Amino acid sequence: MQEAVLLQMRHIDKQFPGVKALSNVDFTLRKGEIHALMGENGAGKSTLIKILTGVYQLDGGEITVDGENVIIRSPQDAQNHGISTVYQEITLCPNLTVAENMFIGREGGAWVRHKAFEKRADEILTKLGIPARSTQQLGDCSLAVQQMVAIARAVDMKCKVLILDEPTSSLDDKEVKMLFDLMKDLKSQGVGIIFVTHFLEQVYEVSDRITVLRNGELVGEYPVQDLPQVQLVSKMIGKDLDELNALGESGEKKNENTEVLYEAEGLSSNEAKPFDFSIRKGEVNGFTGLLGSGRSECVRAIFGADKVNGGTVKIKGRQVRITRPIHAIKNGIGYLAEDRKRDGIIAELSVRENIILAMQVMNGIFKPISRSETEAFADEYIKVLNIKTASRETPVGSLSGGNQQKVILARWLLTHPDYLILDEPTRGIDVGTKLEIQKLVLKLAEEGVSVTFISSEIEEMLRTCSRLIVMRDRHIVGELKGDDLNQTQVMKTIAGGEA
Amino acid sequence: MKKKRLFSGGLGQLTIPFVAICLLVLFNVIRDLIMIFVLKTPDYISFFSIEITKNNIGNSVLSGNLISIINGASELAVLAIGMTLVTAACGGQDISVGAAAAIAGSVFVKVLKASGNINAGTVILAFLCACIVAMIFGAFNGTLVAVFKIQPMIATLILYTCGRSIAYWINGGATPTVESPIIEGIGRFIPGIPIPTPVLIVAVMLIVFKVLFRFTSLELFTQAVGINQSAARLNGINPTLIKLLSFILLGACVSVAGIIGVSRLGLINHETLLLDVEMDAILAVAIGGNSLGGGRFKISGSIIGAYVIQMLTITLYSMKVSSTDVKAYKAIVIVLLVVIGSPVFKEKFGRFMARRAASKVQAKGAEES
Repeated sequence: MQEAVLLQMRHIDKQFPGVKALSNVDFTLRKGEIHALMGENGAGKSTLIKILTGVYQLDGGEITVDGENVIIRSPQDAQNHGISTVYQEITLCPNLTVAENMFIGREGGAWVRHKAFEKRADEILTKLGIPARSTQQLGDCSLAVQQMVAIARAVDMKCKVLILDEPTSSLDDKEVKMLFDLMKDLKSQGVGIIFVTHFLEQVYEVSDRITVLRNGELVGEYPVQDLPQVQLVSKMIGKDLDELNALGESGEKKNENTEVLYEAEGLSSNEAKPFDFSIRKGEVNGFTGLLGSGRSECVRAIFGADKVNGGTVKIKGRQVRITRPIHAIKNGIGYLAEDRKRDGIIAELSVRENIILAMQVMNGIFKPISRSETEAFADEYIKVLNIKTASRETPVGSLSGGNQQKVILARWLLTHPDYLILDEPTRGIDVGTKLEIQKLVLKLAEEGVSVTFISSEIEEMLRTCSRLIVMRDRHIVGELKGDDLNQTQVMKTIAGGEA
Repeated sequence: MKKKRLFSGGLGQLTIPFVAICLLVLFNVIRDLIMIFVLKTPDYISFFSIEITKNNIGNSVLSGNLISIINGASELAVLAIGMTLVTAACGGQDISVGAAAAIAGSVFVKVLKASGNINAGTVILAFLCACIVAMIFGAFNGTLVAVFKIQPMIATLILYTCGRSIAYWINGGATPTVESPIIEGIGRFIPGIPIPTPVLIVAVMLIVFKVLFRFTSLELFTQAVGINQSAARLNGINPTLIKLLSFILLGACVSVAGIIGVSRLGLINHETLLLDVEMDAILAVAIGGNSLGGGRFKISGSIIGAYVIQMLTITLYSMKVSSTDVKAYKAIVIVLLVVIGSPVFKEKFGRFMARRAASKVQAKGAEES
């Protein structure tokens, strides 16, 4: 392996309003190397990549390409320095041909020279062994081929650094293999590849080196053979901040003998494979597993957020049908969604309106809650949850992430649910609020509310949950409780126990 | 900082229509003053004069430019109410309202003709029939948009294209007239009331919708769907139903507008009734400060928007601008309004004000030291 350094990022800092996204991160890419960039959500992977591709500007640090200092202000700059990206969602035009897609936006003149482009495109496709013809409509090709066309486009633009952001997330095994062959081929041609993925096995299949980020900080850079899978997982998830550790003792975990509140058998949805699940009154349990393992899909099925296909559900022993969110809400289930911006807040509505929304829906459209009542509710929860907002009429979109999350929590608490599902309630919010939310979960459990708590940070779950359901590749692979509830055991189960 | 707040936050969404009205009033005041005191034009009547005159059936009624404005904008104002709802829920607009109003008007006349004599009962019956038909067509549009997820403008293009043909069939191609004191009472004046009836109908519609919003959560749910459909769904709201409902309510507004139009003239002309009104209705929503992308809305803003459009037209007419030129002048004013209302302008203006305030503070500081 050549050791010539191609790209070096040193002491990279990036600040967003209220959050330090990256602090003092180093990253080195050598010529002819596949380098995996790993970390859970919010670790700073995508920020680092966006700095490299000119989407964000760095606040501190320096980048060198081929030993030369460069400043990347725009995606165009990045391209000029030979840095190309293929994103998770394919950003090409499906209704144009393969050749058009490869040359779009860089013809260099007003005339599109179709014949010449097609000839050139066919040459490149053959050279890279991509099974597509230049005259084919891109939309007719499989996703894998589309991705490869995107890569071919990048290669033809003389890229030295190729960034693949979750390229395999929508591919099947055969297609993944095809993509990996292409990656290895490019590597032998001296291209440096940055590979971002959630699939651990794939990292070990193609990568030479792994850089792990956590909470915007560099954990370390390791040759792939020196970092077994379990250690990688532990480095990604990491030890938590000391101030949070105190919480563990406060939570009494006793609910072995209470009645079963919710019980699902063979529940499945368009997104989730059939699974069994039950939770007792006042119990806090968690779904764990890496991102993409299917934990969110399971809870979405419980809430009826995705189209439910089958299974029987019992609440307090009585069979119920939950196929739409409204059914779940009326059965006393609340759900804080994983993606706060997309599925949680209604940004332009006020804090007050956001808080009362679910309760209003429960009451029905013909029984509006009076203005003075909604104000009282909003004021109450702003105080109880310590929501920092200019006033109850402030649009919720202008609040910080943690306070937005509290508003959504308030929304569900107001419906007085029997069962509250919290999917990543602590993601992307400050440490103080994380702590508050965990305390709240334990308090709710004491009051008899059952809670499913999902977090990428295993320590948070160990502190709050009395039972952990472990998922891998969309299947439940284990259930941990009692003495098994420790970090090593959880990681072993997540990684597949072969450590 | 405080100044900026006063300007952009004081009236909130209603800033733009309010400013537009103020500008138009100011313009006319200045013109009045120039005409009267500088040019000393003989027989000049102020733009704002309101007189009591006798109309052809011997009623005392109000007349003048201001009355023509609020009277003439009635159909537009009623349509703008419904258009606001559709815009808020779907983030798109219905361009078939003019054609649908022609259908509603045709049904109204057809029922009156079929029932022989025109009395209060048959008028109410005819209104109900027109209303139901318009709501069915609204539901048709709404189904295309909400269930089949077709872009509103494309979905309503269908009825826009064929609506006036349907209206033509209803009365067999004729343009029948309806003459009755009741119809005249709807389209012009009710004996003893000096205010034009269409103005009163707008007021009634506004009250009806305000009551609807007061006694249901429709406003909140519509805004939630318009802003973030996915989140609204996860909170148990049915976005399909809300969108469909907005189109059906627009249908009701369409029938009211159609009947005002028919009653004003005493006849149904399926070719010309409320022709090209859809674009003005959309414009009224935009001038009213509502985002055409959906979400937060104020129907009062849209009604003021309708009056702004009409006031602009009447102002131009009173300046003896020929009807062929009016559209061009209107366009100039509208460009200004829309640019002033755009987020880019607001942001730039806000920054400009902030900078000015900052430099003032600095200057003050320098003086003091």
